[in-house]
Amino acid sequence: MSTIDKVAGGVGNFADDTVGASKVVNGFARKIFPDHWSFMLGEITLYSFVILLLTGTFLTFFYEPSAAETTYTGMYAPLAGQHVSEAYASSLRISFDVRGGLLIRQVHHWAALIFVAATIVHMIRVFFTGAFRKPREINWVIGLVLALLAVFEGFTGYSLPDDLLSGTGIRIAQAIILAVPVVGSYISYFLFGGAFPGEDFIPRFFTIHILLLPAVMLGLIVVHLALVVIHKHTQYPGPGRTEDNVVGFPLFPVYMAKAGGFFFIVFGVIALIAGLFSINPIWAYGAYDPSPVTAGSQPDWYMGWLDGAVRLTPGWFEFTLFGFTFSMNIFIPTTALILFVVVAGSLYPWIEQAATGDRREHHLLDRPRNAPTRTGLGVMALTFYVLLFISGGNDIIAHMMGLSINDITRSLRVAVFVLPALAFVITKRICLGLQRKDREKALHGRETGRIVRLPHGEFIEVHAPLTDTERWVLVQHDVHRPMEIEDRVDAGNPDSLYGKVQRRLSKFFFEDRVEPVTPAELAEAHHEHHTEIGSQEHASIEEQQQSPSISTAQTSRG
Amino acid sequence: MSEIERAGEAHGTGSTALAKPAGAVPERFENPGLPPHKHRLGDVDPQAAKRAERQVAILLILSILGSIGIIVSIIGIKYDGSFDRISASTKAIGLCMFLSLFALGVGAVHWAKTLMPDDERIDYRHRQRGTTAEREEAVAILKEGAAEAGLGRRPLIRNTLIGALALFPLPAVFFFRDTGPLPGNDLSTTMWREGTYLIKDPEGGRIRAADVQLGSVVHVMPEGIEEAEHVLNEKAEAAVLIMRLDESQLTEKQAEWGVDGTVAYSKICTHMGCPVALYEQQTHHLLCPCHQSTFDLTQDCKVIFGPAKRALPQLPIRVDDEGYLVASSGFHEAVGPSFWERG
Repeated sequence: MSTIDKVAGGVGNFADDTVGASKVVNGFARKIFPDHWSFMLGEITLYSFVILLLTGTFLTFFYEPSAAETTYTGMYAPLAGQHVSEAYASSLRISFDVRGGLLIRQVHHWAALIFVAATIVHMIRVFFTGAFRKPREINWVIGLVLALLAVFEGFTGYSLPDDLLSGTGIRIAQAIILAVPVVGSYISYFLFGGAFPGEDFIPRFFTIHILLLPAVMLGLIVVHLALVVIHKHTQYPGPGRTEDNVVGFPLFPVYMAKAGGFFFIVFGVIALIAGLFSINPIWAYGAYDPSPVTAGSQPDWYMGWLDGAVRLTPGWFEFTLFGFTFSMNIFIPTTALILFVVVAGSLYPWIEQAATGDRREHHLLDRPRNAPTRTGLGVMALTFYVLLFISGGNDIIAHMMGLSINDITRSLRVAVFVLPALAFVITKRICLGLQRKDREKALHGRETGRIVRLPHGEFIEVHAPLTDTERWVLVQHDVHRPMEIEDRVDAGNPDSLYGKVQRRLSKFFFEDRVEPVTPAELAEAHHEHHTEIGSQEHASIEEQQQSPSISTAQTSRG
Repeated sequence: MSEIERAGEAHGTGSTALAKPAGAVPERFENPGLPPHKHRLGDVDPQAAKRAERQVAILLILSILGSIGIIVSIIGIKYDGSFDRISASTKAIGLCMFLSLFALGVGAVHWAKTLMPDDERIDYRHRQRGTTAEREEAVAILKEGAAEAGLGRRPLIRNTLIGALALFPLPAVFFFRDTGPLPGNDLSTTMWREGTYLIKDPEGGRIRAADVQLGSVVHVMPEGIEEAEHVLNEKAEAAVLIMRLDESQLTEKQAEWGVDGTVAYSKICTHMGCPVALYEQQTHHLLCPCHQSTFDLTQDCKVIFGPAKRALPQLPIRVDDEGYLVASSGFHEAVGPSFWERG
């Protein structure tokens, strides 16, 4: 036995004797994970979080969470001798006097931006592939809560340097709190320890940023990942992949190397960005003072959509009733909008379940085209988000394009309602079109680009038949049809309000649909090919378009 | 839809499992199963495998060089107070960190992709839901436990328990009582009083009414603000702009509260409290840079565009005996963003 084997044996023996490591190894080491690039989005999120913990800890060694006034005596000459807060002075010290400090600060800020971005792109992937379906509804909700906490974590973080830009952001946050009906001014006075800005918010935000939120997030991340292990990862449909298996590579050694390596890749790329591109140059903004402001002030990107929503809401949303002020011009586009997104997002898995009546577990992901209504709704939500984000930069757009800011704002006020609806319709149509294309391909094979002239003069393109393996992805998915009264899976009175809502929902989701090719249809298509090759080609396409399995009109089954 | 199985029952291949009459064409396609494995070059050609091994080793060596580079950059590049040094240090450490981490990561991934087995393996899934027997057993256990606790038989304990559990977190809220004072009328008041002198912000110094040029704008604070207990808190409420217009452009109220066409308005936006710092001299519009609320000075600063609702409050001013601008009273309404009790 070599020395390495002996040492490994000794360590293994100790680990097994003390904590039963052999059972852990047997249970987990060879766990299979499926492979797909889109599964790495969640990994990027996780790794950015780890990077944030590492760099954030470093920053706490130098940062002074205090609003107490001090005289800046550091290396940055333009601010020398100015009266600034300890927080701002120590943030400058990290940037200019601590070796590698500026880099770590920039890694922390870039990693935060990437963390929130990766979270949201990961959620988009989960939504469009239907990975939130049973049994993963709870994990979807946990993810949504994590995304919300990530935004708060980011906000409390960029408030800490106490520079002019962050102070402006906090001023706006305080106005959002003040606008909460009934308790707004009380919450503001308790959070800020009195009038704005006061001296208490920096140490309080610091505790929230480095202790409270990270601890809650870490706990939720552990649950999030534990549920991934318990459920086993979803996989894309393909030959050999079923609802009852998971096809891929073992955790040890393949994923240990791939995922471990990917952590270093993410960290390396963030270090590169942070080394080359400056972010949040607080020395250029100056210390916070409530009276000056910079034109073109922009929050970090993940706040942009809320800022945009605020910019679009007209002032007449505010009104006074019974001697109280209802600041709906602020409350609706901020607090209420966030609540709506979180509640509607959390409920979505159950809304879709009501529409399908499907209570089975789903481990095979949907191709987005095979769920046209869901995909349409997702694109609708994204369009809404992007328009709000654009609205958050209406002043910059006006400045850069030489347009009137009033015209831009008025146009966006209309667009924010019209374009998402349009996006829904167009996306759904595109999905149905892609499904028809899939049917076409499954029935008649792949276009070869070879044009053949038949004896009677007609030109046709030769189609190469698909193998069973090639065809499978095109025909494997489930079909949902609008629910009829007798189909209601849920117990209860079909004439109840819920029953009616459920049927309407089901109709909205599944009335327009393209069903996958069945073996019978394929056999028929083949039969036609063999009897009357050529002229049947068109006939079969026409027939397919009229076939009962494609329904864009009212269905009158049962 | 009626064919959709009830929760918990196993289902087949991913397509709706349907009863299939023997011999007939199946209703749905059957899963063709995993396609045959395609070998990589490295699996069949020892030369290619050797090449991959060397590539991985080179990447790992690059990582080692990067790590050494970080140490050298930190120790080697001394800060001398110049911006160039800081920039050079940040770039050098950043690039070495990139090399150290990225090469290590790519090396590991390359190793996994070229040399570790890439034949797909299969794990089997199990439904989350227990079998009928398991579920019945669980229900029985819970029922037995509940019976042992006697909750059903002792509603007094059950009800008081619910009450106690519901109430015990409530006191936690009250622990936060001293995180701050109650707002009182603090949000409605500023430092401005009758007789407070206007001083220039930030340079200081009282303002002679005659020195304010037609068409000009001056940033103003109340005198004595630097001695206030909480300077920033006071500034956040008391910041004021004075502008001088031709008196014919002003309303009667504006003229009465001003001095020879010079009027004072709160600089704190009535929307979200940003400083309304942009004054368009030609149009007499004040613009808030945060959310673009636009106020028209010639119409008593009422909102003509954007998300704000209320006009900027005007501060009544007069001149003292020596010709300096002084407030003739405080603001007549609350400045800054709206709040519930504002009315």
